Amino acid sequence: MAAVARRRIAGTLAHRAAILLYILVALFPLFWLLKVSVTPNPLLYSEGVRLWPSQTSFEHFAFVIRNSDFPLFFRNSLIVSLSTAVIVTIIAAGAGYAMSRFSFRGKLWLVGLLLVTQMFPLVMLIAPIFRMLTPLGLTNSLTGLVIVYSAFNVPFAVFLMQSFFDAIPKDLDDAAMIDGASRFQAFRQIIVPLTLPGMAATLGFVFTAAWSELLFALMLISRADASTFPVGLLSFVSKFGVNFGQMMAAGVLALIPALLFFLLIQRFLVQGLTAGAVKG
Amino acid sequence: MATIDLEAVAKSFGPVHVLEPVDLQIRSGEFVVLVGPSGCGKSTLLRMIAGLEEASSGDIRIAGERVNEVPPKDRNIAMVFQSYALYPHMTVAQNMSYSLKLRKTAKERIAEAVKGAAETLGLSKLTERRPRALSGGQRQRVAMGRAIVRRPQAFLFDEPLSNLDARLREQMRAEIKKLHARLGATSIYVTHDQIEAMTLADRIVALDAGKIQQIGTPLDLYQRPANRFVAGFIGSPAMNFVSGTYRAAAAGRPVHLQADHAALPVPDLDRPDGHAVTVGIRPEHVLVEPGDAPGTIGCGVELVEPTGMGTIVHLRLGDVALKAYRPGYTEWTAGQRVHVRLPREHMHIFDEASGARIEPAGSGRSPGLSEWPAATKLD
Repeated sequence: MAAVARRRIAGTLAHRAAILLYILVALFPLFWLLKVSVTPNPLLYSEGVRLWPSQTSFEHFAFVIRNSDFPLFFRNSLIVSLSTAVIVTIIAAGAGYAMSRFSFRGKLWLVGLLLVTQMFPLVMLIAPIFRMLTPLGLTNSLTGLVIVYSAFNVPFAVFLMQSFFDAIPKDLDDAAMIDGASRFQAFRQIIVPLTLPGMAATLGFVFTAAWSELLFALMLISRADASTFPVGLLSFVSKFGVNFGQMMAAGVLALIPALLFFLLIQRFLVQGLTAGAVKG
Repeated sequence: MATIDLEAVAKSFGPVHVLEPVDLQIRSGEFVVLVGPSGCGKSTLLRMIAGLEEASSGDIRIAGERVNEVPPKDRNIAMVFQSYALYPHMTVAQNMSYSLKLRKTAKERIAEAVKGAAETLGLSKLTERRPRALSGGQRQRVAMGRAIVRRPQAFLFDEPLSNLDARLREQMRAEIKKLHARLGATSIYVTHDQIEAMTLADRIVALDAGKIQQIGTPLDLYQRPANRFVAGFIGSPAMNFVSGTYRAAAAGRPVHLQADHAALPVPDLDRPDGHAVTVGIRPEHVLVEPGDAPGTIGCGVELVEPTGMGTIVHLRLGDVALKAYRPGYTEWTAGQRVHVRLPREHMHIFDEASGARIEPAGSGRSPGLSEWPAATKLD
């Protein structure tokens, strides 16, 4: 008995140690970001490699907020990411529901096409997209970015939402329609409240994807007043050097909305709302 | 309450016929049970009446009005699902009142209806709970409550008791029957459980392979099954079948059993000599005797199952298994040799090839039931 218990404890310890190691590795870059952002410039190169500087200051943060274009980049990023996330989630909810519930002609082709769009490296598409957006006046514009990001994120989001709808029994739609609801009422009043966790996940996924996108933002935007923050971060790289302190401070600030966002939606992410819908 | 009429209602998915044309008239207030094995088309038929599936052809009329193109929400029928299909984000009271809210019923009237239904079903203390905090039986009741608050034209039940344990199923079965007696609502009930069909139905519609096999009262189906499928499906333990050849030319016109070449006295049949038949007899009609009396067939006892109320004796006759049922206890034990008597007045004779019932010659029975088509498999 004692041997079994000891083996079980050893197993648990190994398991926890593995998780801890993973967390350390995953979080280390973030820690380094934070560490550099609070290290005063003079100490940055003089102290060698240390886990924490002998002196900390928030001067980089103050500089980034007061003297750089960073607040503007931040605002642009927020507008682009939020709009993209909302637009994509709404489209994906509708399309995912249709894919989950209806059988229609050409459904297989549609699924195939959606998959095909995900197969190309994005770099290939930069030139044609630039060529298309220029005559429309959508380069150097946040609207243009929102359109491009939405287009790229919709297919995956549709599949994601479809899997959430698939997990909700069709009997619920049927019961609602028998109770006197139209198909749309059943969707809005019964199915959507139950898919909130899925919608939150989709919203979060698309938001982060748009928030950290650099390639298209760099190619389609050349004016500072329409830049998003990943592009803005590059402005800390000058011909003569990289201002690491300010860049890291900006990076830390850029993490805040993503953190807040996930804090807001995590309630939905963990909730198993469908429990008790049907026997199981 | 309303009548429901089906005229040549059929369903096919492309070239696959799920349901052959069905004609059925359901009277106002009648309790009709659709029974059959899984995949026989009974749920499809119910869903077409509900409007959840489109009929490929034929007319569905509720209260005389053709409803083929009417969406489910405007058919004014209620349905109880096998999975209960309760809305998990709503309380019991909200679940029950959802349909009334959609119809913009006055608040006081909703409260009254929910209170009434909750009292009827013993849910009064649970109205503020969410479905996940309820037991299976309670969820089942809420699903029933959701149906009765509406006072619909008809109730549809899609295997509502399948997910409950045996004890609860028995209890809910009785409650559904009482509820029907009180509300007098036209009800269509789908089940694969022949006991539910027998106990609940005014009329049973037996389906197999997308075809109606027989329509009649529970006792009609039990006592005069139209074909081998119905005979084997209705009744538990199931009817015994032995194959044989009708010897019209031999003395006593017996059936020669393939199993051990015994000559089995059967009623006179209007069939030629050598006609292949199946003889069916219910376990409660199989008489087990110790002695080798004339007209009996020797069998081995394979297994004895006491159920408390009675005993099921499994017998073996050649390669054919037979079951006998006796109320109370029996002294037979496994391995024993016994003799069975199959009384000819309790025999059901079916055509071996088509499975259709063969009425005894000169029985004076109307040929109505024997006209029922045999169970034929659809490709």
